[in-house]
Amino acid sequence: MKQYQLSTGEKKFIGSHLLVAILALSVGSLFGPLQAFEHAGWDIYPYIKPLIKSYYQGLTVHGVLNALVWTTFFIMGFLTFNVMFGLKRPLKNPTLNKVGFWLMVVGVVAAAIPILANQATVLFTFYPPLKANWAFYLGLTLVVVGSWVEGWGLFMTYFAWRKENPKELTPFIAFASLVTALLWQICTIGVATEILTMLLPWSLGLIAGVDPQLARTYFWFTGHPLVYFWILPAYISWYAMLPKQAGNGKMFSDSLARLSFWIFLVLSTPLGFHHQYVDPGIPPVWKFIHSMLTFSVFFPSMMTAFTVIASLEHAGRKNGGKGTFAWIGKLNWSDPSVAAQLLAGILFFFGGIGGLANASYNVNLVLHNTAFIPGHFHLTVATAVTLSFMGISYWLLPYLTGKKLWMPKLAVAQAWIWFVGMIIFSNAMHVLGLLGAPRRVPLGLAPYVPPEWNSRLFQVGVGGAILFVSGACYLTVMLMTALSKETVKEEVEVPVAESMQDLALTPVWLDRWAPWIYGALALIVLVYGPVLFDLIKNIALTSPGFRVW
Amino acid sequence: MSAQPMHIHPYERNWMVFSAVMLVLFATAVSVAAFGMGIQVPAPEQRVDPRIVATDPNSPWSNPGLREVSPGKYDAYILAHAIPVWEYLPKEITVPAGSSVSFYVTSSDVQHGFKIQDTNANFMVIPGQVSKLTIKFNKPGTYNYICTEYCGSGHGIMYGAIIVTP
Repeated sequence: MKQYQLSTGEKKFIGSHLLVAILALSVGSLFGPLQAFEHAGWDIYPYIKPLIKSYYQGLTVHGVLNALVWTTFFIMGFLTFNVMFGLKRPLKNPTLNKVGFWLMVVGVVAAAIPILANQATVLFTFYPPLKANWAFYLGLTLVVVGSWVEGWGLFMTYFAWRKENPKELTPFIAFASLVTALLWQICTIGVATEILTMLLPWSLGLIAGVDPQLARTYFWFTGHPLVYFWILPAYISWYAMLPKQAGNGKMFSDSLARLSFWIFLVLSTPLGFHHQYVDPGIPPVWKFIHSMLTFSVFFPSMMTAFTVIASLEHAGRKNGGKGTFAWIGKLNWSDPSVAAQLLAGILFFFGGIGGLANASYNVNLVLHNTAFIPGHFHLTVATAVTLSFMGISYWLLPYLTGKKLWMPKLAVAQAWIWFVGMIIFSNAMHVLGLLGAPRRVPLGLAPYVPPEWNSRLFQVGVGGAILFVSGACYLTVMLMTALSKETVKEEVEVPVAESMQDLALTPVWLDRWAPWIYGALALIVLVYGPVLFDLIKNIALTSPGFRVW
Repeated sequence: MSAQPMHIHPYERNWMVFSAVMLVLFATAVSVAAFGMGIQVPAPEQRVDPRIVATDPNSPWSNPGLREVSPGKYDAYILAHAIPVWEYLPKEITVPAGSSVSFYVTSSDVQHGFKIQDTNANFMVIPGQVSKLTIKFNKPGTYNYICTEYCGSGHGIMYGAIIVTP
């Protein structure tokens, strides 16, 4: 049966998301290794001073481009693709989506100018009263608003489809993408409020000061669900695409996959205080409540682990795999898209365990703001998410351009190199954190580094070098594929795994939106309301801005 | 779509029960540590005006340092700042072993962190807020306190020390 086809214009639109994402990744990833080399004592920053003034300017570029721009552009492109392909219809209002995309592009440019001019060396958390140039805040606002507009375009497309298909179950990849887009709309209210009510007017000189504790609270309202916005698109691929690619497997349970997405929507926002366990301005009882809610997200994560692994096992056995674990070897490891995503999933297991430690209320006292934290999120966002997105792009780019993937063997090697480099880098960072090393510090220069950290700092540098090689391989494969003259013989097939369970058995309440949305909003009001009310009632705009970089 | 209850494979049902049991175990462990053993996170202590906290003569941080409140019990008022240079005031504190020290830390400019190595003291220092945590020092030695939040170019050199004498 022939698959639904996107038009050339639609492919170009998705492709432009991918282009901005990969450009951001290629610049942002140049600086990651520089931080790692600094730790090992090979500081390159003095040599690039005419271009980049400091370690911290480099760290800001790395964080903003990799964690915010690469992810957001890739995700909006992938979600848009999933909605169109899943619903088998064009966007209801393509102009609206284009407007959203261009708002994001303008936003990135507006934020990049002050960053490159060393006027916004505030890192990707931009905690006030560090005060960046106003264009930085305006740029971030435009990126968020642009992503909202693109999201509205997706919802309108869904409503149109629903009108045409009143009785049908929303196809899974479209459903899961819409939930992800909706989660983003809800959770970004926090950072939007932070920027629009405080940071932007303050940077423009309209108000004299800000309230840093309130600003942090707004920030983390968005900051944690942000990680679900990153990981859920990877989950969509792991649930519904990877089993197909790995060996023509089917998705184990359509209902439970949907249920876990709904639970993510409901639980991902009302738990932001677990980033603020050691903030002075928030009562411990609320921190404790948020810690329990954070643990609850463990539940849909475990469901995801089960369904994904069961679906992969189905694929492995179809490929002739036997035994309890031997089927793993029978998955299509020679397909770079499969290898990248499987390896990403393996490291995510360890990222999840570290995340549980971070979430554990008072255990956080020994981990907060130590090197353990970047060690953790390089397993999650920088591997589970990033390596999966790289894997997705190994089929998505040929699909969009009609070009054959350049040197698939190099692409497979790229995934393995990333895997090895990240194990070395991340393990060293975790251990350093447990030994007490702080994050966000050029540790090669810090005066308080005891000798027992040195071997680990060296490993950070080695890991960074290996990751740099992997990043370079990825960009080479992408670039050479895009420039290649070799076209694919047949249309690239979009990998979509069917459900093993009869879709007629999926309960109707899993395709109803209102109860889940009300539930999500109610829970936010319940566990954020009292603290935010108190902080806003006692707001003290007493912190003027500082530029101390 | 079906109006029937959801169909769940027995394997998956067992797995979900297992997950739920693990969750309960984690939550219990954390609760026991927090409420049974009293390992607590910082609570709202006091709000201050960061613009005058270091200069107002009525503010303890205009004269930061150690105060003995009763034998073996101390209050340590510590000011973190990035201007004029990145440092804590005071830079060094000396207490005898067995002392219990309550730290009251605030900032007169940007956000900082405060982590005393080899202890459970690790918290944010936020302008306008006072962070408090009490630590008992039993073992003699030098305990560095280091800044754990980015506070500008000098973040990596910002530290102080508690010297615990025998």
